Amino acid sequence: MRIPLTIAGLVAGAIVLALAGCTQAAQPATTAEATSDGAFTLYSGRDEALVQPLIDQFEEQSGITVEVRYGNTAELGALLLEEGDATPAQVFLAQDAGALGALSNADLFATLPAQTTDAVPAGFTSTDDTWVGVTGRARVIAYDSEAMVAADVPTSVDAFTDPAWAGKFGIAPTNASFQAFVTAYRVLNGEEAADAWVKAVAANNPVIFDSNRAILAAVNDGVIEAGLINHYYWFAMAAETGEANMRAQLSYPEAGDAGSIVNVAGAGLLAQAAGDADALEFIDYLVGAEAQQYFVDKTFEYPLIAGIDAPAGLPTLDSLVNPDLDLADLETLADTQALLGKHGLI
Amino acid sequence: MTELLSPPLETDAPPPARVTGRYRAGVPAWLLLLAALCAATAAIPLVYLVVRTTEAGITELLDTLLRPRVLQLTVNTVLLAAAVTLSCLVLGTICAWILTRIRLPFQRTLLLVSALPLAVPSYLAAYGWLVWFPSLNGFWASWLVMTMVCTPYVTLPVAAALRGASADLESVARTLGRGPLRAFAAATWPQIRPAAIAGALLVCLYSLSDFGLVSMLRFQTLTWGINAAYGASFDRNQAALLALVLVVLALVVVAGERRSRRQVDRVPGRSTMPARAPGKASLLYVGLLIAAPLGGVVVPVVGLLSRLLEAETLRAIDVPRLIEAIGATLGLALAAAVVAVLVALPIAALAARYRGRLVAAIEAVGFLGHALPGIVVGLALVFFALAAVPMFYQTSVVLVFAYVVLFMPRAIGSVRSSIAAVPQSLGDVSRMLGLSPFQTWFRVTARLALPGIAIGALLVAISAMKELPATLLLRPTGVSTLATELWSRTALFEFGAAAPYAAALVLVAMVPAVLLSGIRGTAREN
Repeated sequence: MRIPLTIAGLVAGAIVLALAGCTQAAQPATTAEATSDGAFTLYSGRDEALVQPLIDQFEEQSGITVEVRYGNTAELGALLLEEGDATPAQVFLAQDAGALGALSNADLFATLPAQTTDAVPAGFTSTDDTWVGVTGRARVIAYDSEAMVAADVPTSVDAFTDPAWAGKFGIAPTNASFQAFVTAYRVLNGEEAADAWVKAVAANNPVIFDSNRAILAAVNDGVIEAGLINHYYWFAMAAETGEANMRAQLSYPEAGDAGSIVNVAGAGLLAQAAGDADALEFIDYLVGAEAQQYFVDKTFEYPLIAGIDAPAGLPTLDSLVNPDLDLADLETLADTQALLGKHGLI
Repeated sequence: MTELLSPPLETDAPPPARVTGRYRAGVPAWLLLLAALCAATAAIPLVYLVVRTTEAGITELLDTLLRPRVLQLTVNTVLLAAAVTLSCLVLGTICAWILTRIRLPFQRTLLLVSALPLAVPSYLAAYGWLVWFPSLNGFWASWLVMTMVCTPYVTLPVAAALRGASADLESVARTLGRGPLRAFAAATWPQIRPAAIAGALLVCLYSLSDFGLVSMLRFQTLTWGINAAYGASFDRNQAALLALVLVVLALVVVAGERRSRRQVDRVPGRSTMPARAPGKASLLYVGLLIAAPLGGVVVPVVGLLSRLLEAETLRAIDVPRLIEAIGATLGLALAAAVVAVLVALPIAALAARYRGRLVAAIEAVGFLGHALPGIVVGLALVFFALAAVPMFYQTSVVLVFAYVVLFMPRAIGSVRSSIAAVPQSLGDVSRMLGLSPFQTWFRVTARLALPGIAIGALLVAISAMKELPATLLLRPTGVSTLATELWSRTALFEFGAAAPYAAALVLVAMVPAVLLSGIRGTAREN
């Protein structure tokens, strides 16, 4: 037995060493009382390249250390739901209102101070102050500029039920922002019209993608002639490949069309971090002038506070507003999904 | 490469009285218990899925299950898995045959090259193909790229088995007038079949669980549905239900593999087939051999490079960060490989030597993790870690554990067959000479089975390096692997910034792939 035990000991030692080599200490548990320990943990569903420079700026100014965990919004949302009260996170920064609404519904968010949420106009933030909108992203039609001229691009999403478009346009029906748009369609045009639209689009042989990003890549490669996406993807792609090289171009549906709604990205304070002064300072920073200007300059999104201008070349936010729409209303999201499921899109 | 990888020696016939019997009666309780404990680690996701599913009411369950879309996703999943498995089986067996039976120039290099697709993550392969053919999508595209990426899982073990297979019967069959193909089918195929089918099982489970490739190539399978349920509906119950459908499919596949593994007889004789000169067909042979490396490595890598050259935002490479990611990737993969093999050992030892329903069940459970998408295993371990070992949550311990659950099946197969290849009689002799069962195990069995154990460890290491969704969920905050770094850059079209990480990932994963193609069966006692 001596030899096997020695081997077992060596192996166990090797594992411990291997693990210790890349193990970081677990996050300390956080408490609910108002505190400021000079640090907090952020779960960011927005990309590191976009957000980290802003966080660096915040850290430098405030002296607060921000531990960031990057992931995509859906996965981090699922992670937070799974973690519940045991989450090491204090703040969740999400790409879309649906994820924030899901966490709010599960009572995982603390109520934010009114002064934080008041900075953002109604329609772009939560109705119960559990999260605050940070930036806006418009729904647009991306089209292949080699297949058509700007004047021929539909001004309404209703055009895509036309057989002339069969098989030539792309949608991402499982994507949160597409579903928010269908919800808007239901609110603006009524259930019957929405049902007819979804049915007709589903029958018109749409090309199905799983993300806005993939739709834009397909339009830019000439695989499809047009697709429904969020506007800022185009700017991100243009930054990488050069604006002059972009074959895909954007067209903004006319004001009032459901296809022109504005989705928001936002942030919430986790319930177990209620009163965490560091975390709150960061959320306030996100809806402050400096961060808002940063998002305008770097991600070409709509600022949501007064006094900051939208990126040049975009239609004004006022022309796209749908104040009746609660973007995070999951009851209505479920109805939208039932509608999409009924016609076989999800 | 070792003939121990998946030797053609297992049989489920009742053990004859002679000492050559492969299976023994009377499982020792300690081994059964140990194996059951190890298999229990793989059952954690299953427990989680059942908990989540039962949270939903029965009507909700039925509503979800009976949606026409779920049927469509299931059909798509089964079709893709079946087609990929079949084509990998055929192509991999042909490649292995060429590698072992034909005298080609640069034989060693060709073997190495045929292992390289293992180093390319499926999402990267799909992405690389899209650079060349942007309109590529749907079933055939997914089938093609997945086949290219997965073929080595069959090629490598079958080549090893062929090298160890006896050629006596095949020679006899030829003498008796059978053509080369029929002689191969009648005499040699039964010997290499366990290896081929074990490889095919890994391919099949992989294609059931893959999300990266099908999402890039827009073929909607169950994993697409699972991700959509998390992403758009925030409906964990529905996602769990779809994942359970995957589990059922996987159990059917594993049971099928076990059944077909059984009907094999030991073939006497040790002579091996002499390698033939390729003659006029040498171009065809080489073409078949490099098809998978070409489609699985060259096409995607060159595609990525071309995107890199086009990128306007070519940034200076952040070298310390790259090195840090390489270090984390290596450390985690190494730990995962060691732990996975340790956990797989008892299961493999049990399955190699004993039969019975309980043994079959334990082995099947061990394979479950491989059929589940990473996001499901990741969330299951979040659930489990917070409930059982909160102090390890978001540390490398839980992440390594997730890799073990996900990739242990890759070790079970090769370890099991290498243990099965160690003649039972040797153990008996060792016992008679006065060694304890443990000493016998470590000095005789484990030592002879070492090549198979090493193969299992390398397969786990490769997979862990490429893993993304569970890593994103479970990694310690602030720790990045090459896969997560790559992900965070491609998400934003930053091909220029992504390229060094893609290159580093493929290069790092090539190390175990190359080692894998190089392991030879030197440990066999004769």
